[in-house]
Amino acid sequence: MITITNVSKWYGKVQVLNNCSANVAKGEVVVVCGPSGSGKSTLIKCVNGLEPFEQGIITVDGISVGDPDTNLPKLRARIGMVFQHFELFPHLSVMDNLTLAQVKVLGRDPKSAAEKGMKLLERVGLNAHAAKYPGQLSGGQQQRVAIARALAMDPIAMLFDEPTSALDPEMINEVLDVMIRLAKDGMTMIVVTHEMGFARKVANRVVFMDRGEIVEDAPTADFFGKPRSERAQLFLSKILQH
Amino acid sequence: MFSNIDWNVIIRSLPYLFLDGMRFTIMLTLMATAGGIVIGTLLALARLSNIPGLSHVAGAYVNLIRSMPLVLVIFWFFFLVPYIGQWLTGASRPIQVGAFLSALVTFTLFEAAYFCEIMRAGIQSIPRGQVQAAQALGMTYWTSMKDIILPQAFRNMLPVLLTQTIILFQDTSLVYVISVTDFLGAASKVAQRDGRLVEMYLFAAIVYFVISLAASYGVRRLQRRIAIIR
Repeated sequence: MITITNVSKWYGKVQVLNNCSANVAKGEVVVVCGPSGSGKSTLIKCVNGLEPFEQGIITVDGISVGDPDTNLPKLRARIGMVFQHFELFPHLSVMDNLTLAQVKVLGRDPKSAAEKGMKLLERVGLNAHAAKYPGQLSGGQQQRVAIARALAMDPIAMLFDEPTSALDPEMINEVLDVMIRLAKDGMTMIVVTHEMGFARKVANRVVFMDRGEIVEDAPTADFFGKPRSERAQLFLSKILQH
Repeated sequence: MFSNIDWNVIIRSLPYLFLDGMRFTIMLTLMATAGGIVIGTLLALARLSNIPGLSHVAGAYVNLIRSMPLVLVIFWFFFLVPYIGQWLTGASRPIQVGAFLSALVTFTLFEAAYFCEIMRAGIQSIPRGQVQAAQALGMTYWTSMKDIILPQAFRNMLPVLLTQTIILFQDTSLVYVISVTDFLGAASKVAQRDGRLVEMYLFAAIVYFVISLAASYGVRRLQRRIAIIR
């Protein structure tokens, strides 16, 4: 479904991605972890072309992301993305957040878009808040709306860029619960996160990044059981101390 | 000093002052603001675009206009617009556009430069994440601008845009240089005709003051009402 082959990226002279390769099959959940500044977010943003990359090939459903002939908006409409800071549209109500792209990008009629939006709000447990504005919701609620907004486009895969990093601790689980259900429903997911409990529970594979490189790409049990690289061992020992 | 003041001159000339003068002033202000915001927003998009050359052309225009006195621009346009019209249409003689149209074109293009900078600041005040979120949903540049970025930028900048409009409202009085009768022009004509300079200029000042003050107050109220909940 998603193939990342020998991708490198530079910001000016600084190389932020170094020859990264990974594949995600349909229905697979892959967690990307690593220390901050390791290029996790940059890599995931390359997958839907939000960040350009200089070398390598990324394909989604057989379509090359870096190809200048690719219709990027059309491709992006098929890939859901959830951001660290939610990025709901603050001037639109929750319902309008869910319907705008359905109507403007997919050309759905407003009524069926609203029905779809309502169904997804129910799914994330927020149907009572449809008329509110994002600023009236808690962080956890906003992130659940953001997930619903992405799902409204019927994506073939979902990208999560540190979806719980900006949340207060008591709100992390409500978001993770939604993501776990999504994973169990068979959604193809790439999740950049530090939530190792989530990784253990639902990830098929864990990709460990450090300094722009993919250091380790292993089935979840192997990664937590016996990480091969020293850097992954060190990382795990640091974040699993508690 | 006020012993021989004749306030009746004001009452007598009220219809002329407001139905002729103020009508012109307000029409020019509103039309130039509307046109200026549209053109200014397009200029702002051009200044922020990645298309080579486009941002430079827009930037040069804005800097040129902003470094010239308004009176000079009014003069220039009054004498130039007929020739530009002739050049555009290929007519044999300069096209007479009339003072109102000339003033409207001048103020619209002049204000566009200022509105451009306001809208540019407004667009840049929107977090990059909003642009990325719009892109990630498959929106094209124009869709994301129209539905996500510009509505937010516009709301954030509304107080500044309206303040600029109040300034424009006062600046329209400069049309006297091309012998157009706006509110101040009308007051001035009555003042000269009846030799009532003190009364008329005092009254004009009070009217400008009251309208501008009421407008600023309205801006503040509006600002509270439309603020985006964050």
